[in-house]
Amino acid sequence: MHRSTLTQAKEGLKKKQFSALELTEAVFKRIDQVEDNVKAFVHLTRESALYQAKEADRKIAAGEDAPLLGIPLALKDLICTKGARTTCSSRYLDKFVAPYDATVTERLKRAGAVIIGKTNMDEFAMGSSNENSWHHPTLNPWARDRVPGGSSGGSAAAVGANECMAALGSDTGGSIRQPASFCGITGLKPTYGRVSRFGLVAFASSLDQIGPMTKTVEDAALLMNVIGGKDPLDSTSAENALPDFTKALKGEIKGLKLGIPKEYFTSGIDPEVEQAVREAIKTLESLGMQTVEVSLPHTDYAVATYYILACAEASTNLSRYDGVRYGYRSEKSDNLLDMYLNTRSEGFGEEVKRRIILGTFVLSSGYYDAYYLKGQKARTLIKQDFEDAYKKCDLIVAPTCPAPAFKLGEKLDDPLQMYLADIYTISANLAGIPALSIPCGFTIDNLPIGLQLMGRHFDEETLLKVGHHFQQNTDFHRKFASL
Amino acid sequence: MSGKFDIDRMAHLARLRLTDSEKVRLSEQMETIIEYIDHLDRLNTTKVEPTSHAIPLENVFREDEKKQNFPDLDPLSLAPAAKNRHFEVPKII
Repeated sequence: MHRSTLTQAKEGLKKKQFSALELTEAVFKRIDQVEDNVKAFVHLTRESALYQAKEADRKIAAGEDAPLLGIPLALKDLICTKGARTTCSSRYLDKFVAPYDATVTERLKRAGAVIIGKTNMDEFAMGSSNENSWHHPTLNPWARDRVPGGSSGGSAAAVGANECMAALGSDTGGSIRQPASFCGITGLKPTYGRVSRFGLVAFASSLDQIGPMTKTVEDAALLMNVIGGKDPLDSTSAENALPDFTKALKGEIKGLKLGIPKEYFTSGIDPEVEQAVREAIKTLESLGMQTVEVSLPHTDYAVATYYILACAEASTNLSRYDGVRYGYRSEKSDNLLDMYLNTRSEGFGEEVKRRIILGTFVLSSGYYDAYYLKGQKARTLIKQDFEDAYKKCDLIVAPTCPAPAFKLGEKLDDPLQMYLADIYTISANLAGIPALSIPCGFTIDNLPIGLQLMGRHFDEETLLKVGHHFQQNTDFHRKFASL
Repeated sequence: MSGKFDIDRMAHLARLRLTDSEKVRLSEQMETIIEYIDHLDRLNTTKVEPTSHAIPLENVFREDEKKQNFPDLDPLSLAPAAKNRHFEVPKII
């Protein structure tokens, strides 16, 4: 039962093959069996989940229907859940119990979902390996000595290990797609503004976006129907009408133009990854898509641009953590300034401090124009690259990551190497476009490889449609990690 | 960037207290990272407008209405220290 996709679980509930309570209990049984080998969760909300499952069964018996009625889901631990801890995997927020639900949480609950727990992440979503969690590192379900990716590594590992039907993550520079790629699952970063960020703990507000992490593209479409759309509580959420993404899956893909950016297939890409991605492109061609070479000439500047802008925004966003209104406070301070200094130094981990320092530097007097303003201008050029490319194609195909999951500890002492691993995912955030990662192969060592599809603003439909057709014709997403 | 990274100034601006070993390590890492991001210098941006937001946003005004958004919430209940219905902090001066 725990192996079901979201869509299959819905079907099983509808046909009364099992109850929501049985499904939820099966998921918790699976968690009890494998969690020690994965460590995907920060905390489980077993009691409230079982209550929600019973409520779902009562509603099903009464003939009620809702898009996610009785479906067990997990949330990344930076999405607020009323009455439950939301720690952001930080010491600072370790005891924080959210007083309200994020808009996405509320929408999931209203759709009948059963929230089973909160998943691990890099502290404040800063990292690509989950090793920056204050709680513990999460392990890759496919290889215990490797990272699950980050920052939504807990959500990716939980889905990859069949510890939930699906999960939500957040993506600021690749934090949904990179772990989805490393854990062999499907992950969508929607267009900036497509999903409300109300109740999402902020990292870099002009880049952050919540999205689904699922076993199939079909499941991602279903979740997008529930979580997407304008929210009066998030002024950056877009007015654009929300299409029916499930309906969009069935559309024709023949004749669509697939752009291949030449800058993404240069040296530095792992040969096994390149081969799998090129095979996937052939599969898409065999389904009637046309390919065309495109150029994204400013790709080389994306990582530098991203780390300037994301760290600048993070340094201001995280200035709210002052030990006064909520969260951690250091006990050993004689005056207010000491209290700020001690609280922040004890409450934040090293990567968070590193990014706050870098962000403070690029915004500081004397360096603002040379770094922050320069970064914003580079962002314009990167965004224009995509606008130009989409004149020649309908979507862009690339690897999600230059290499498969790396070993725990491998990049921990070299932050720049860790940042460079995000090379293929960062541009989509800077440009605000949607991007999907789906499994497209395995290395000789049986590590998953991800294919990335990037689309025009607010055109998740094309990405999901192409991804769904790919999954109808391949089996990579049906393989399970042996645990 | 020219010269050594001024870690003390940045730590002070960011309200972080760093240990000596953290200062050494972070300074070295900052120099490596800044050397890397300095390659943006090669990019000619003289006629380029900055982008702060990927999706065009227009300011929208609405009436400033008083609403009870969190009727059950006592904000002080989340505070590390509170006294007489106020947030409590160590002495300021």
